[in-house]
Amino acid sequence: MEVKNREYLEEMVRELRKEGTNVIIGSLDEMINWGRGNSIWPLTFATSCCGIEYMSIGAARYDFARFGFEVTRASPRQADMIMVAGTITHKMAPVLRRLYDQMADPKYVIAVGGCAICGGPFKKSYHVVNGIEQILPVDVFIPGCPPRPEALLYGMIQLQKKVKAQKFFGDVNRKEDKKE
Amino acid sequence: MENIIYIEKEKFHDVALEYREKGYDFLRSLTGVDWGEEGLGVVYHLENIATKENVVLKTLTLNREDPHLLSVADIWKGAEFNEREVYDYFGIQFIGHPDMRRLFLREDWVGFPLRKDYDMSLNPLRMTNEETSNATQYIEVLPDGSVIKHRDLLFDNDEYVINIGPQHPATHGVLRFRVSLEGETIKKLDAHCGYIHRGIEKMCESLTYPQTLALTDRLDYLGAHQNRHALCMCIEKAMGIEVSERVQYIRTIMDELQRIDSHLLFYSCACMDLGALTAFFYGFRDREKILDIFEGTTGGRLIQNYNTIGGVQADIAPDFVPKVKEFIKYLRPTLKEYHDVFTGNIIMQGRTKGVGILSREDAISFGATGGTGRASGWACDVRKRHPYAAYDKVQFEEIVYTEGDCFARYMVRMKEIEQSLNIIEQLIDNIPEGEIQAKLKPIIKVPEGTYYAAVEGSRGEFGVFLESRGDKYPYRLKFRSTGLPLVSAMNTLCRDAKIADLIAIGASVDYVVPDIDR
Repeated sequence: MEVKNREYLEEMVRELRKEGTNVIIGSLDEMINWGRGNSIWPLTFATSCCGIEYMSIGAARYDFARFGFEVTRASPRQADMIMVAGTITHKMAPVLRRLYDQMADPKYVIAVGGCAICGGPFKKSYHVVNGIEQILPVDVFIPGCPPRPEALLYGMIQLQKKVKAQKFFGDVNRKEDKKE
Repeated sequence: MENIIYIEKEKFHDVALEYREKGYDFLRSLTGVDWGEEGLGVVYHLENIATKENVVLKTLTLNREDPHLLSVADIWKGAEFNEREVYDYFGIQFIGHPDMRRLFLREDWVGFPLRKDYDMSLNPLRMTNEETSNATQYIEVLPDGSVIKHRDLLFDNDEYVINIGPQHPATHGVLRFRVSLEGETIKKLDAHCGYIHRGIEKMCESLTYPQTLALTDRLDYLGAHQNRHALCMCIEKAMGIEVSERVQYIRTIMDELQRIDSHLLFYSCACMDLGALTAFFYGFRDREKILDIFEGTTGGRLIQNYNTIGGVQADIAPDFVPKVKEFIKYLRPTLKEYHDVFTGNIIMQGRTKGVGILSREDAISFGATGGTGRASGWACDVRKRHPYAAYDKVQFEEIVYTEGDCFARYMVRMKEIEQSLNIIEQLIDNIPEGEIQAKLKPIIKVPEGTYYAAVEGSRGEFGVFLESRGDKYPYRLKFRSTGLPLVSAMNTLCRDAKIADLIAIGASVDYVVPDIDR
């Protein structure tokens, strides 16, 4: 299937910077974000089926090292990004929240698969959280049950683009009202 | 339809003991059921190892407020976790059970979810951290009939207890252990399950039969095909549907491909846990080839949704047969390479030989089937014990080792890959012509009764217990987990081992956590 509007994040950035950015801060931003975006360290976190596909993209055929994701960390304190791959249950939810809280800022969340997005096939269960957005802010959603490795990679690249579009120094856009 | 022997609850322990003495050593499955007005009870499936005879027992209590039954945990060790599961689901307390706690749900969970009158609104999502309680209870009945509860401690206050998981890369998912150490030696291990308890059994009670199939694939995703095969077989048995030869052959080939897939993943992960990252890449490289074959026919890589009631979803792809043959030709020499890379390695041998020994008696008592049981000298393969599909038409060897250590468990799985290749080779050229789907009514209703069917999953006996009341929906559907007995055996396996061996033992028993928690 053709993915439409592949470049929307870049377009958004172009739109925001139409009026120009600060020469020094802007270039520093771009440089730092280039570095950050290309070396996102994921947390080794998987609860169920999607975790196996996550392992697949770590292996030779799909190889996420091509995009700088290969440094998987077992400790949340060293990780930049958490890929919530699999169902989150009521018992796991506080643990997941705690893992997220232990990660250092800036941090990102990817929700992988139907279960993490909305509860998936287990939506009506008494013990499944209907979407991790109830407990964490999510940056990228990757649908599927489980998503194909290509989809996972596409989602991770979208996250990279998002990271690169951020303002690292926290400056506001010139056109925006500063009070906001 | 199974013949169930009803036994009064007061006599149950004595009767169970009699059966054990008659040779019924293997508790195949222990299922709690809520029969509504007729009471709450438990159904036991027993098997005589020597004669392969099966017997089904049941006992029940009418008291819904404070139900009690006699525990059989002292007769079959495997009953310990299963009875905790029944307590968790139905609130039945077992008298004489050494550790009567919840197994899956939080300590502060209200009510018992698998009871028919359970109210879901009682348990909203709690974001408070769960306190790990050190207390457990032991229930005793006095000669005058009164029941008293003793409080007990899991670990003494001066023991050194460390926590492993649920977020730990070597537990293969969200499993949690609490381990009491003396120096580096493990004195006691307490497994906490339920971090991926999805309540599949309860959900199935409100789904129609074809809908329930989709959830089985997601139990043990490395045995997706076999799990679904078991449920389809159980429903077909209940409805008396004959599936064609062609379907039987296709299902058998798919089951074996799935087994190879699972064992390759076992190899990859076991190696990675023991520090050999290269082997991980080797295993995954070859696993992708199987996934390609799956994808060509079923459209799914990991979760295939291929079996249906009375057949399979679609006919095999035109290139299925040549691709499988090519794969067999490829994998045989590659297996030799695996052994060269990893099996002969001195560090690997040192870390696995003589480590985590499980005796044959314990394996049977825990019901630890699959590679773990066969490594301990117990010939427990369902494909040999109760042949199904096309397994009675093929020649293959059941791999049995007697050492019972981590190395034996590893070798059983590696040799089983070869046997699976043999099975596929015998079938692949002879797939008969025929229907791929039996003609069925649009609404599937299963006649009243209870049924049990089992297949040899990737890591042991995967059983399905189905109780039907003649509706579109199952009254009770229970999946005999392949992993739960393995986890319940972890305390025995790890006792007096070193803490570093816990990783090797965990890798070698090869459990999949969503299958334990269901």
